[in-house]
Formats: sequence, C-alpha cells, structure tokens
Amino acid sequence: MTDQPTWNLLYDLQLLVHFHFMQNALVVGTLVAVLAGAAGYFVVLRGQSFAAHMLSQVGFPGAAAGVLLHVSPVLGLITFCVIAALGIGSFGSRLEAGHRAESAAVGSILAFSLGLGLLFFRLYAGTAQGVYAFLFGTILGISDRDVAVSLVTTLVALAALAVIARPLIFASVDPDVAEARGVQVRALSVGFLLVLALAIAVTVQIVGTLLVFALLVAPGASALQLTARPMPGLALSIAFSLCFTWFGLAIAYFTIYPIGFFITTFAFASYALIRVAKALLTPRPSRRGWTPIRLGDST
Amino acid sequence: MDAHPTGRQHVIPMAAFSLNPATDLQAMLALDFMRNAFVAGGCIALASGLVGYFVVLRNQVFTTDALGHVAFTGGLGGLLVGLDLLIGVFGSCIAVALAIGTLGGRGRGRDVAIGTVFAWVLGVGVLFLSLYTSSLSGSAGVVGISVLFGSIFGLQPTQALVASVAGLATSAALLAIARPLLFVSLDPDVAVSRGVPVRAMTAVFMILVAVTVAEAVQAVGALLVFGLMVTPAAIAQNLTSRPYLALALSAMLAAAVVWLGLTLAFYISYPASFFITALAFGGYLLSLLLSRLRRALTWTASRTCLPTPRR
Repeated sequence: MTDQPTWNLLYDLQLLVHFHFMQNALVVGTLVAVLAGAAGYFVVLRGQSFAAHMLSQVGFPGAAAGVLLHVSPVLGLITFCVIAALGIGSFGSRLEAGHRAESAAVGSILAFSLGLGLLFFRLYAGTAQGVYAFLFGTILGISDRDVAVSLVTTLVALAALAVIARPLIFASVDPDVAEARGVQVRALSVGFLLVLALAIAVTVQIVGTLLVFALLVAPGASALQLTARPMPGLALSIAFSLCFTWFGLAIAYFTIYPIGFFITTFAFASYALIRVAKALLTPRPSRRGWTPIRLGDST
Repeated sequence: MDAHPTGRQHVIPMAAFSLNPATDLQAMLALDFMRNAFVAGGCIALASGLVGYFVVLRNQVFTTDALGHVAFTGGLGGLLVGLDLLIGVFGSCIAVALAIGTLGGRGRGRDVAIGTVFAWVLGVGVLFLSLYTSSLSGSAGVVGISVLFGSIFGLQPTQALVASVAGLATSAALLAIARPLLFVSLDPDVAVSRGVPVRAMTAVFMILVAVTVAEAVQAVGALLVFGLMVTPAAIAQNLTSRPYLALALSAMLAAAVVWLGLTLAFYISYPASFFITALAFGGYLLSLLLSRLRRALTWTASRTCLPTPRR
C-alpha cells in the first residue's frame, strides 16, 4: 500500500487491481454498494434508520463469534443480524417510535451486545487490529470464501428486494391505504427487515459495524433530497453508494489511512452539500408573512 | 500482553476464590489497581446512576450514545495534538453537549441527519487513531480499544483520583438541582409558567451528562456507556414509579453492577466491561419479568374484585 499514485490514470487502475486482496475488496465493495444503496433507499423512505443502527451493532458479536468458531465472520454476521431482524419484526413498530421504555431497552441490548462482542474477541485472543476491522471496516483480509458468501447473499437479497419493491414502496408511502387495498403490510415489513439484515451483514465487511450508516443511510437520504420519484431515486442512491465505495477503496489503497474515514467523509460531505445547495436554491417564504405569488403557481 | 484487545496493561494474578468473603475481599483490595478501580468505579457509577435516571426520564438515551462517539474522537484528537486523553474526552463531550442543548429540541425526526453526522464523527476518530498509531508505532493501537471498551483496571492513581472527585462533584450537583430538574422534565410548560429557568436548567443538565459520559468512558468505554448510564435507570423505572426512590435505586444498582463486575473480572479474568454490561442487562430482564408479574397479579386482583394495591 505504499504505491504512489501517478497522473496516469490507466496505470493507477492497473495498480489498484494488481493484488488479489484488492480484487476481492473491489468485488465485495461493488456488491455491497449496490445492495446497501438499494436497501438504504427504502430505509430512509420508511424512516427505519434506527433499526439499521440496531441491526449493525448486534452484528458485532456475530462477526466475533464467527471468528471464534472458525467459520466465516460473514456467516456469523448473517446469523445474528437475521435473528435480530426477526426480533425487531416481532416487536413491531413500537421500537422505532422512540418511546421512553423502548429506547432504554434498546440501549441496554446494544451495550450488552457490544460487550458480548468484546468477550468473544477476548476468548479468541485476537489482536486490536482484528477488533478495529469489524468496528470500522478494512480493505484487507477479505477471503475468497467471504467473496463467495457475499455474492450469494447479495443476489438473494437483491432478488427478494426486486420482488417486494413495488408493494413495499406503496406500503412505505401510505401504509393505511396499502392495507386497505389488501397489501400484506406486516409481512412486507418483516420481509424488508430480513433483506436489511442481509445488506448490513455484507456491508459491515467494508465499513464496519459502527460506520454502516455511511453506506446504508447517507446515499438514500441524499437521493431522496434530489428526487421524489422512486425509480430515479433508487438508481441515484445506488450510484452514490458505488461512488463512495470505489473512491474510498481507491484512496485507502494509495494512503495508509483507514477506509472508514474516507467513506464516511464522502457520505457526510455529499449529504451536507446537497442539503445546503437545496436550502440556497429553494425560495424561502418571506419573514413578513406573505409569499410572492408567481404566475402559473397553482397555490 | 500489551497488544491485548482489552487494553489491560496489568497482568492480573489469578487469585483463587475461597468462598470466604472476608479473605476474598482482602485479597482483592490488597492490590493497588483493584483499590483504584473500586473507588473510581464506585464514584463513576454513582454519577452515572443519578444522571442516567434523568436521561431516561427525559428520553435522551441517544444523546448519550452520540456523546460516547464524540468522546472517542475527542480523546484520540487530544492525544494526537499532545494533550492528555482525558482533556480531549471531557472537552469534546462538554462542547458537543452544549451544542445539542442549544440546538436540540428540534432534533427529533431528523435521525438521518444526526446519524450521518455521528458516523462521520466516528470516521474522523478512526483517522485520528490511525494517525496516532502510525506516529508512535508499537502497541499504541491498544489506546483505541481502551477508549472504546474501557480500561478501568488500567487507571493510574491520579486518574482514579480525578475520576472519583469528578464523579462525586457531578452527583452532588445533580442532587442539588434534582427537584427543579424533575419538575422541568415532567412538565416543562408548567415549570416555565412557575418561573423555573428551564433553559439554564437544561444547559446545566447537559453539562452534567457530558461529564458523566466522559467519566463512564473510562469505566466501561465509549461504546458501552449505555450499559452504565441507561440500564440501571431503566431497571429502577421498571421497579418503581416514585421518582426519588427510583433515583436512589438507579444509583445503587449502578454501583452494585460495577462492583460485582469488577469482582467477577478479577476472578475470571475476562473484560470487566463485559461483566458490567452483562450484569446490567440481566438485571434489566429480571426487572421486566418482575413488573410483568406484578401487573399480572394486580390484574387478577382487580378481576376477582379484590381491592387493587394502590401505589
């Protein structure tokens, strides 16, 4: 990773895909970005960013258990995330509403699960670097088996998402009407949580448990700022996610600094820029209590 | 041992457990670092339990989570510019808590923006960590782990003293404002009309939360602050709805959890943070069960036309 980037972009690209570990990271990164961008769009649309936060933190002991039992950490992540998703699904929407008792319960569970992860790492006698890798992501050490597991997981999750996408948008935008029309809102909700669990399980490999928000929420949030139409929004969300991941991987390769920092910085910067640009461009209602009426304005 | 993920610098002698509590306690407290941990841990737990009660009451649980993230970045940033870790942790926590206190109130429903910001804060923390590790080389990587997961056995005597004094001062300050704060938390509108300085009260409370989070980071670490600040308070609220009783219960439970956790960690030699969070979580489950049971009992009592126990 001490290669210097040159001004010859083609040469730089060749350097980037030269090593096997980097090829693995790029493949997994691309899969992750597509899945996280797609699932993240729905997360923001449905206001479930808190559920995403919970699932990712519960993933930490899962990854540690996977390492401890000498199976792939991704399998541990998937197991724990899916169990947590079913748990959230059975509690229903009370958890996301942010009631006092529920948020205290969630806080207790999160602290316990992170503590459990620490214990598993201690039992494994892993190094500090191993803990950091799962908390903050890494571009090193993604094995061929992880690539295979990620590929299968991503395909399954994307296929499931494609099947439920249309009714899910309906149910997310207007749950009451959707239910009246005979859409299985509750089943859809649990189904989406399962897709989300799979998405988080693979995303954690690249950005770590603590930074999942950068790939799972920020692209969707940025896309929803730009357009309200579902399909362009979904495409935009995936595009953002891909950009963050590819640039993050490339810069992390040429510097010695962690990838988590770059991806979160891109995510934060693009979200903030879009918010600021939007605030500057939309005309504000005047302070005096009246708004200038333009011709052709139906209101 | 020094590159260990728990960041524990001391090699704890595997003391044998003898079933005689008096000698066990003596053996444990004969060690300097155990005494430090018990005293500092007790004071930190006291403050966490007291402040945590109001945190849960005011539904600000996720403020403590956010402050924990800030503490990680602030502490490592402090190390990076050559300050003490603690100065960074305390400074950043207080600054951000005041910012949340003044900007806050509008914060609900904007969890996407908040989540993105705090993910970025952690990302910056990782950068600081890698800058700090590469500038020192060697076992400095453990610093990050001990900020994230706590290192109560690694407290130096001066650090333990600072932690104890800060914990006691925070507890005293909280108890001093407990009555008006309770009023403000339960009914802000009536409190305003009665002339209680709500804004000042909120600001003072936020500073107390910041100091407590910074303290708790030393005991259980930035990621597990929840376990010490929220869980004991949640247990107390499950058991009773009387405010002062719950406040006292919360502080006692926090202290009990910390001391028991330290004892277990001493004899079993797994991370103390794990035992503390696990005990707290177990207590929480037990309290849920108890309150369910009590509700079921009062329900049967009312169904069989017996006088319902009045609370």
